[in-house]
Amino acid sequence: MIPEITLTAWQILLVKIGVILAIVPTMTLVAGYAEHKVMAHLQHRLGPMYPGGFHGWAVLLADGLKFLYKEDIIPERADRRVFSLATFAIFVPAVMVYLVIPVDRSLIVEDLDVGIFYLLAISSVSTIGILMAGWSSANKYALIGALRAGAQLIAYELPIVLSAAVVVMLSGSLSLVDIVEAQNWPFLIWPPGIGLIAFLVFTMASVAELTRPPFDMPVAESEIITGAFTEYSGMRFIFSFFFPEVANLVAFAAIGATLFLGGYQPIVPLGVLEVIPGFVWFTLKTAFMVFLFLWIRPTFPRLREDQLQKFAWKVLIPVTLALILVAGAWVLYAPEALR
Amino acid sequence: MAIDQQRVGDRTPVHDPAEIAKIVSGANLETEQMVLNVGPQHPATHGVFRLLATIDGEVLVDAQPIIGYMHRGYEKLVEARDYRQITNLVSRMDWLSGINNELPLHLCLEKLMEIEVPERAQYMRVVMLEMNRILNHLMFFASFGAELGAITPTFFAFREREDIQLALEMATGGRMHFGFFRPGGIREDVPRGFFAQALKGVRQVMARLDQYEDLLVGNEIFKQRTIDVGVLDKEIAYNYGVSGPIARGSGIDFDVRKDEPYLVYDRFDFEVQSAPNGDCFDRFWVLVREVVESAKIVEQAIEAMPSGPIMGKVPRVIQAPAGEVYVRTENPLGELGFYLISDGDRRPYRLKIRTPSYNNVSVLPHVLKGQMVADMIAILGSFFFVLGDIDR
Repeated sequence: MIPEITLTAWQILLVKIGVILAIVPTMTLVAGYAEHKVMAHLQHRLGPMYPGGFHGWAVLLADGLKFLYKEDIIPERADRRVFSLATFAIFVPAVMVYLVIPVDRSLIVEDLDVGIFYLLAISSVSTIGILMAGWSSANKYALIGALRAGAQLIAYELPIVLSAAVVVMLSGSLSLVDIVEAQNWPFLIWPPGIGLIAFLVFTMASVAELTRPPFDMPVAESEIITGAFTEYSGMRFIFSFFFPEVANLVAFAAIGATLFLGGYQPIVPLGVLEVIPGFVWFTLKTAFMVFLFLWIRPTFPRLREDQLQKFAWKVLIPVTLALILVAGAWVLYAPEALR
Repeated sequence: MAIDQQRVGDRTPVHDPAEIAKIVSGANLETEQMVLNVGPQHPATHGVFRLLATIDGEVLVDAQPIIGYMHRGYEKLVEARDYRQITNLVSRMDWLSGINNELPLHLCLEKLMEIEVPERAQYMRVVMLEMNRILNHLMFFASFGAELGAITPTFFAFREREDIQLALEMATGGRMHFGFFRPGGIREDVPRGFFAQALKGVRQVMARLDQYEDLLVGNEIFKQRTIDVGVLDKEIAYNYGVSGPIARGSGIDFDVRKDEPYLVYDRFDFEVQSAPNGDCFDRFWVLVREVVESAKIVEQAIEAMPSGPIMGKVPRVIQAPAGEVYVRTENPLGELGFYLISDGDRRPYRLKIRTPSYNNVSVLPHVLKGQMVADMIAILGSFFFVLGDIDR
């Protein structure tokens, strides 16, 4: 007989936090490993295939150790307190995103009524951290990088919010669980096309949010070294740049899977597929999104700053605004049977 | 393939600094100029090149290239060494095309000493020079992509380089500094299997080049980043003595191999690639097309390779008679000239070296003014310079 366990609200909260703190690094490591391997295969890279023997399994270990051994340098003229606080301002939001993502029907840390609102809000907090890092580094490249990051995240936050608004309108709820529940049949293409276009806009804007190529001007290596993180070194660099980047990558993949790909629901509502547990579906869909992001990176050159802004303000935002109109019309006039 | 066919779609108008200034002043925004030191240590400068840039936001107000961080004084060093030793010194000037640097020195000596170079040695030289040119161009193909943020071409280009590198390594034992030419010929005959390996490498490059071109030249983002960016006027290019792929990208249809043939270049069928617009796209396009031309020359030279000795009649001591001679050759990056003055000693009295990169980067202030920071990197990348070649 299983002993009955009763937990107070506080204990439950602690357990949830523990689970999050265990899951996020694992997800990040897996995604980081995938990034190495996907890039190696796409680009015929030999390096990531070497360490440890078989398929270069130890590449992440080698990479991590390299940074562990490096000296932690804070520039003399840097604002020391802001410089070190910036790491946390970037790192913490990257972890907190995971609080509201429904991994399975009941596997969610906190099913907030305004889940999607929280999600989009918390994921843009890290911009403040990037600005802090750039400003406090006493480095011109860092400053340029931080300002680029600020401008870019403002521009691309809008298409993300607007495309998420389309989903909210169609599903009629801000709660992520309700949004997933609303997508049991054709998950992506609710009304013909609207969801698909919103998904594409979301994916493109996410790549920009994540500052990955072709939208990686804030960290463009050949132009401004590593942008805001030019002066960061060793583990500090890992925790303010690499780790949040990959954690955010997985987070955005999970958001995309939740909003557009039906989260923990099977891809088509067939009885046979119901056997597979929800978290497996969720993981598969997230993995697909992660692969999509990884695939984009080695494919494109970088845009220029003004081209990037033009693309956001003149293409993505008008498209999503038009989508919202169409979605509104759909919600109002589409016959019940079609929804 | 005509250049115009390459440019499918709209030519995006490049941002106009004057227009931006108007917008900024119209909004009553006060901006402050900032001096940004690009380099000497910077990922986009391929070494210790420094650019003193004054920027206003993202726009470059002024850019002053500063060179000399890598001055090693080769012109003085060679005066204290005899001609055999100089071979290995000059190959270190432009380290990407070592064997091309060795050539003009030997042409100088052969002219002064009136040595006849046997056919086989001449053909062999051409094969190696052109293979080296392919290596050099592929390297810049890779780095230009990397500068624009496309990381994949780097790895592809390096994979293609490997087979050609292997062939050169078989013959010379070196991968960068070959030291293979001697006054009167080449060091030794090539080993068995060299021609097969060389043809394999060259044909592989030709077969895959279209694919790689598509990766960059066919990419919409690449076009937006390069077309009409960093335009170098034909006039300015003439006045500054710009040469090589950069001059040909500006419509100057000049190639020493064609217009003033040396070795046996007049026997091969190849074209001088040039493009009229002088922007980053054209410079890059010329560079890529030149790989094909070089590959064609290698194939022809190997096919027509005569047999016979590889060394002419050379005295035991290499001692140039008193006199002076100027020889210019087509280095991968442009025109390389050696002006040798001999007073009859085993060492040169004076050796003046005219390197292509030095003249090529001297036009940078003209081209960079008013560009954006991101374009500055694209322009630096499209000027295909090697630091050692600028500073010597």
